[in-house]
Amino acid sequence: MLSVLYAILFYVATAIMVVGVGMKIRKYARVPAPLKIPTTPAPTTQTGVVLRMFREVVFFESLFKSNKWIWIFSWVFHMGMWLVLIRHLRYFTQPVWEWVVFAQPYGTYAGFAMLGGLLGLWARRFLVERIRYISNPSDHLMLALLVAIVGSGLMMRFVGSADIIMVKAYMLGLMRLRIETLPANPVLLLHLGLVASLMIIFPISKLMHAPGVFFSPTRNQIDNPREKRHLAPWAAELEK
Amino acid sequence: MADGDDIRKMAHPLEIPRLACGAMADLEPFRAKPEHQEPLGFPGELVENWKEKALEKMADLASKNRAFQVYLETCVKCGACTDKCHYFLGTGDPKNMPVARQDLLRSVYQRYFTFAGKYFPKLVGARDLTEDVLNEWYSYYHQCSECRRCSVFCPYGIDTAEITMAARDIMAHIGIGQKYSNEIIGKVHKIGNNLGLNPKALRATLEDLEEDLEDETGISVRIPLDEKGADILLITPSADFFAEPHIDGLLGYAKVFHEAGVSWTVSSYASEAANFGLFIGSYEQMREISIRIRDAAKDLGVKRIIFGECGHAWRVGYSFLNTLAGPFDFLDPNYPVPQHILDFTWQEIQKGTLNIDKSRNDDIRLTYHDSCNVARASRITDEPGSQFEIPRNVIKAVCNNFYEMERTTTHESTLCCGGGGGLLTDDLMELRTKGASPRMTAVQQVTEDHGVTHMAAICAICKTQFSKIMPKFGYEMDSILSVHQLVSNAIILTGQDPDREVDE
Repeated sequence: MLSVLYAILFYVATAIMVVGVGMKIRKYARVPAPLKIPTTPAPTTQTGVVLRMFREVVFFESLFKSNKWIWIFSWVFHMGMWLVLIRHLRYFTQPVWEWVVFAQPYGTYAGFAMLGGLLGLWARRFLVERIRYISNPSDHLMLALLVAIVGSGLMMRFVGSADIIMVKAYMLGLMRLRIETLPANPVLLLHLGLVASLMIIFPISKLMHAPGVFFSPTRNQIDNPREKRHLAPWAAELEK
Repeated sequence: MADGDDIRKMAHPLEIPRLACGAMADLEPFRAKPEHQEPLGFPGELVENWKEKALEKMADLASKNRAFQVYLETCVKCGACTDKCHYFLGTGDPKNMPVARQDLLRSVYQRYFTFAGKYFPKLVGARDLTEDVLNEWYSYYHQCSECRRCSVFCPYGIDTAEITMAARDIMAHIGIGQKYSNEIIGKVHKIGNNLGLNPKALRATLEDLEEDLEDETGISVRIPLDEKGADILLITPSADFFAEPHIDGLLGYAKVFHEAGVSWTVSSYASEAANFGLFIGSYEQMREISIRIRDAAKDLGVKRIIFGECGHAWRVGYSFLNTLAGPFDFLDPNYPVPQHILDFTWQEIQKGTLNIDKSRNDDIRLTYHDSCNVARASRITDEPGSQFEIPRNVIKAVCNNFYEMERTTTHESTLCCGGGGGLLTDDLMELRTKGASPRMTAVQQVTEDHGVTHMAAICAICKTQFSKIMPKFGYEMDSILSVHQLVSNAIILTGQDPDREVDE
């Protein structure tokens, strides 16, 4: 019964996340940027723009320039998250890929890095007057959700483990449209339930910053307005 | 109303104030009257179904401008921008923090256009569009100079200027415009420049300036108007024709052109570089003003277009002119369209065309203010960063005593003068003064450390703003200089007696 419920939950969550994010990305991609507005100095070539974006999403370059505290907390959180996600690939692949096996030991401790980063960011929402002012309930809830996901994950790793073999069989089953038995471990159920909620709210929340950054005209435009005429389709209509 | 005389003493240009909620809530610029609104095609007064119209316009912008839509949806409220706005630093009003300023509009956008805002408004801080909200928009979206400093520091590049422009555009479309900007745009459409200087008056002004130049140098230097067949069309802010220190910059351009031996002209039809269409966020207005330049260039049969010293005009010129009024395939392809006057002057300096005596600026101990639109929204030559290098190269070539302000307040991190983005109006003097205090604190630092007496800029708005503001901070009104004024001081024209004394 529980296995079926969670199977439905995960299918629904995946569908909502994939379709929802896909629709948002399509919307962002379709809306034209009528003017050249890169924040300068900006790259003058496509390669330059790719490099700028790479520095932005891998090193959080602008944030680093802006505020070292926010930078260190969010960079540690995000990089920890990637390692943890990579570690989780083992539950979805058989045999487990070589490089996932390699990342395994780091992924474990990355969980603590994630937690530290999240708590740091959360503390700022209470302690720094300016950030307290701009925080909405949803900002706190998002942090609470992420902390609960990481916390329940760490509990299973370091306090009482769920039956990993069964979990993996269940996940592999879901990917093949088969419903195996999910262990009725309460921490595991909490963990999975929260992850599914995160997936569901992804396309309607600020988590959209992840795909959104790639569509930011101040960061993704080439600085070549004099060399190449840039014209939005609706603006071309004005010239007729 | 305070005139901004209660200026906060800052220990450091970027010192973060305690929050002063509501400190600037009562300040707003004069609203446009029907005679300022209607010539631009906007309704004369608040339309009856303003709420529907505003939301309609918001949806329209979201479908036409990717920046508007993406920036409203991707902010994570990290707080990186909260201490980056000079108006926040100067006033402490939290609604002058970039993210909070965006939120004034984002909260409404969420309420009507997003799932979370429609069904869980309290959770995400979404709110209905009410008359109070509208008034708050009018106040705080006219406390942003669209300087883009926040966008440099945002991890997603969110540019508050885009949101401010959109908000002003929405308001203009329901009948609430800003008098200062819209009145000026009306003058450009009707007469050709922000000042409303008609061709006859312009001719007389330029002739007077030619006389001044001859008195000063003993050489006849021309400032041609409407000369067909000239090679270069100079597009410069109309402040260069009548305001100090702008005029001295214009005289500098004239001397450089004279020595370079090129033929050039000013146009009475497009006698304005400034484009306030940018400030009110109207693509259509910006386009109409830009097309005047194209028409003038065609009509006069020039080969190249050069822009004089002006910040936002250079943004529109460099970044948008080709889009709005291009293609400029009828001009000489060997030159960029448009070219910046400093690019021209620096090339002449390198060629050795100009006879320069740097010591003629020795009474000046100078610092340089990067103007926001030049710094964060353009280049000057083909090189990224040339917007910082070229003005400094020219300054160092004509002036011996040059000192930089603190690096966190220059280049792409430059602090706005406090008067940009359509705020250069007396009804906002309090804001202008407080918003200038971070910059002025940086100037005071170099005065203390290096005895700096003057500051140069390449923006007409910066120049006007500082000539008003610097006296409030203990400087003379003429402490602000045009870069080409320094060039003008240092040039010895061919045939000019360097020791010539001007009779006052």
